[in-house]
Amino acid sequence: MRLTQGCFSFLPDLTDQQIRAQVQYAIDRGWAVNIEFTDDPHPRNTYWEMWGLPVFDVRDAAAVMMDLDACRKVYGNRYIRVSAFDASAGWESLRLSFIVTRPAHEPGFSLRRDEGPGRVVRYSTHSYAAERPEGERYAGA
Amino acid sequence: MTATLTATPTTALPPASGAPPDEDGATIDLKAELAELGVEAVLAALDGELVGLAPVKTRIREIAALLLVERARRKLGLLSPPPTLHMSFTGNPGTGKTTVAMRMADILHRLGFVRRGQVICVTRDDLVGQYIGHTAPKTKEVLKKAMGGVLFIDEAYYLYRPENERDYGQEAIEILLQVMENQREDLVVIMAGYGERMERFFASNPGFRSRIAHHIDFPDYREGELLAIAEILLDGQSYRFSPDAREAFVRYVGVRMTQPHFANARSIRNALDRARLRQANRLVAGSGPVSADMLMTIEAEDVLASRVFAQAARP
Amino acid sequence: MSPNVTSLDPRSAASPAATVRGKDRYKAGVMEYRKMGYWEPDYTPKDTDVIALFRVTPQDGVDPIEASAAVAGESSTATWTVVWTDRLTACEKYRAKCYRVDPVPNAPGQYFAYIAYDLDLFENGSIANLSASIIGNVFGFKPLKALRLEDMRLPVAYVKTFDGPPTGIVVERERLDKFGRPLLGATVKPKLGLSGRNYGRVVYEALKGGLDFTKDDENINSQPFMHWRDRFLYCMEAVNRAQAATGEIKGTYLNVTAGTMEDMYERAEFAKELGSCIVMIDLVIGYTAIQSMSKWARRNDMVLHLHRAGHGTYTRQKSHGVSFRVIAKWMRLAGVDHIHAGTVVGKLEGDPNTTRGYYDICRDDFNPQRLEHGVFFDQHWASLRKVMPVASGGIHAGQMHQLLDLLGEDTVLQFGGGTIGHPMGIAAGATANRVALEAMVLARNEGRDILHEGPEILEAAGRQCQPLRQALDVWKDVTFDYASTDTPDFVPAVTAAM
Repeated sequence: MRLTQGCFSFLPDLTDQQIRAQVQYAIDRGWAVNIEFTDDPHPRNTYWEMWGLPVFDVRDAAAVMMDLDACRKVYGNRYIRVSAFDASAGWESLRLSFIVTRPAHEPGFSLRRDEGPGRVVRYSTHSYAAERPEGERYAGA
Repeated sequence: MTATLTATPTTALPPASGAPPDEDGATIDLKAELAELGVEAVLAALDGELVGLAPVKTRIREIAALLLVERARRKLGLLSPPPTLHMSFTGNPGTGKTTVAMRMADILHRLGFVRRGQVICVTRDDLVGQYIGHTAPKTKEVLKKAMGGVLFIDEAYYLYRPENERDYGQEAIEILLQVMENQREDLVVIMAGYGERMERFFASNPGFRSRIAHHIDFPDYREGELLAIAEILLDGQSYRFSPDAREAFVRYVGVRMTQPHFANARSIRNALDRARLRQANRLVAGSGPVSADMLMTIEAEDVLASRVFAQAARP
Repeated sequence: MSPNVTSLDPRSAASPAATVRGKDRYKAGVMEYRKMGYWEPDYTPKDTDVIALFRVTPQDGVDPIEASAAVAGESSTATWTVVWTDRLTACEKYRAKCYRVDPVPNAPGQYFAYIAYDLDLFENGSIANLSASIIGNVFGFKPLKALRLEDMRLPVAYVKTFDGPPTGIVVERERLDKFGRPLLGATVKPKLGLSGRNYGRVVYEALKGGLDFTKDDENINSQPFMHWRDRFLYCMEAVNRAQAATGEIKGTYLNVTAGTMEDMYERAEFAKELGSCIVMIDLVIGYTAIQSMSKWARRNDMVLHLHRAGHGTYTRQKSHGVSFRVIAKWMRLAGVDHIHAGTVVGKLEGDPNTTRGYYDICRDDFNPQRLEHGVFFDQHWASLRKVMPVASGGIHAGQMHQLLDLLGEDTVLQFGGGTIGHPMGIAAGATANRVALEAMVLARNEGRDILHEGPEILEAAGRQCQPLRQALDVWKDVTFDYASTDTPDFVPAVTAAM
């Protein structure tokens, strides 16, 4: 399966040049850009690990690309996403978020159903990868 | 740490390779390009705001010409690797290194060799940390801010402290060297400082020397140039010397140049600040109304009261 | 105010309009409204006043100022005759004051009447009360041929008495984990007749194919062909299946509209029990029911989608009714998270400038007066949460560049036919829309001029995505190019530098 979280998951994987252009778009709007990675891509896993702090006060996307390269060297076989924070009043949240790196093989999720009375079903989503310990989930890939 | 932002239109550099050389007679008017991109105006501004420094200005013009040609070559599809643009500016304090760095950034930006054109001025303290694990993030933080522009490292030799074998400066040096090599298209580093010390620094860190393309030496100002600088500065603030004061200032400069901690234009600026202070004191202590003329004029006594003369008189 | 607006000079009116004061004012009998204090040309509205702007079309021979004063009177304290009991009240304060009457540009016989209402005339946090005052009685008033409520200025003091949207644009995005692009939806079609099992199939295919939301239509409630519980159960199976298939949060607007509040609460509770992140209501349930559902949604962390069913009966015609911009303001106060606000390019009414005005009302914290968008007043929203406008009705992937350019990023684009009608199936239709959208956002962020390069960008994206290529082929020539009925009365005036 292909995880379709983030803004550009339906397009072919972005090239570095395309990533750079999106990052520059965020920087030009005064947003702080953040790099996060995970090996547990559950749709409710909000807090991916941060690769350092969000990058504030830079002028050029090269600054973020430098961090991204470093992050990929260590966690290139996990999911990595780039997010941009807007601190302006009335927003104070993300403005853009997209996946830039994904593991070679994405095993996806299983759906578990607990049947209750009145035909009600309780659903839960489980990541196949997360059945293995953290750090070993995409090791073979 | 200061960031100076220059807002000039970005002129994207054509890619270094791609189209085959256009040998079908297409031409580029270099002079017109120089004017259109506003580079000529920057060079003119440099001429106007900096007195003397003829060799420096010549070098800057040469570099600008080189970059312009490089740009034209790329436009016509001639293959060339991305140029190394890192520089070292050597010379005594107050010889205009920072000012020239600002203009250089502007020129690089206008010609499309840096994408944003900001200048980030730092010293050792901005790059090197206090404890283990502190230096790399600090240096990277500075480098990120400088991406797309110019990183100006003043008194760069303080990064290297061979006497302390656990010095964290070495870590900063390694990161700098790596970025200077691998991200030549992302930023330009200018290292500045006293000539001799820079020479020793480069001798012990040959990596820097090989990565720096342009060495520019900033000579000390001569007496006449320093007087001219003084007059420009005064004029900019609507002050002027009386004839006696000018004569006194010529003497002042002659004496000050021989004393320790002389810092060229910076010393002149400081001297003028103090002369204005004394002028104000004199006017307030005096009696009767003051005219615009009096408010503008620095008198000989405002100059002669300087401690510089007293120190010179001491045996 | 723009230079092409002129005010009626009160002194040139046919009969003297001065307010009668003292004991003559309360003599038994009938008196012109404008003499009773409902016409106050010298009045300056207070910051705390509610201001309403009406388009008044008086009957032939009725003086426009008298007609406007009558509107002020009938929407506040007046009745057809003088009553002495006024004197038991601070009646000067409670009287609405018409303070300005302008002829409508290029519309003979129509007048804009500006009327100010004291804040004490209204109950806190009640759209029912606000609307009962402003549009309660007066629209049937005989001396008027027609009357339209064009716009309102709601003072911050009054805005602050409402809770507003239970979720708002920012929190909705955080809950859905979707940032940087419009959301995509589709209304399940056919609107009527699908069984619960078949209905859920459409939901599953559309969500798995790439949409964020599917939606019940306004008239899908609980009919013989599909009981509401059945629909909810099958839809949630579909949502959860799609979520597991894509790793992405999905939702379907379960319409809880029903005959009574009790039924609506029951349905909403069931939606919650099943884990739905969003429920839906129709405008026709009424303002009080909407506010009740908003309260429920806030208490239960539920996004609340409003379908503006029925609004066209009173918003569309320019001479009579209530402008949709007023409805949009009321709904932001009442507290809904989504509201259908027009598409411009689709099959339903929507002048681009007027629609832009609606979108601004939903999404901005401050709306400056913009006559060319039909926005007559500066409006501060006092940090009230933002409503996500929904564009729905006759739109397709080939219009993506226009939609993104016109409507911006914080909107839900709903392609019902444009998803389900795809020749290769529902999932393919959904994928076509999602790819078109992502390609367009990517290009916009790269600095490309999407409005002009849009077709090229879509074509390029289609080269790597067959469903999109097919969608572009099938619908390339579909446009709905009809004259709008509800257009602004003011065009930007080209004047010498001022």
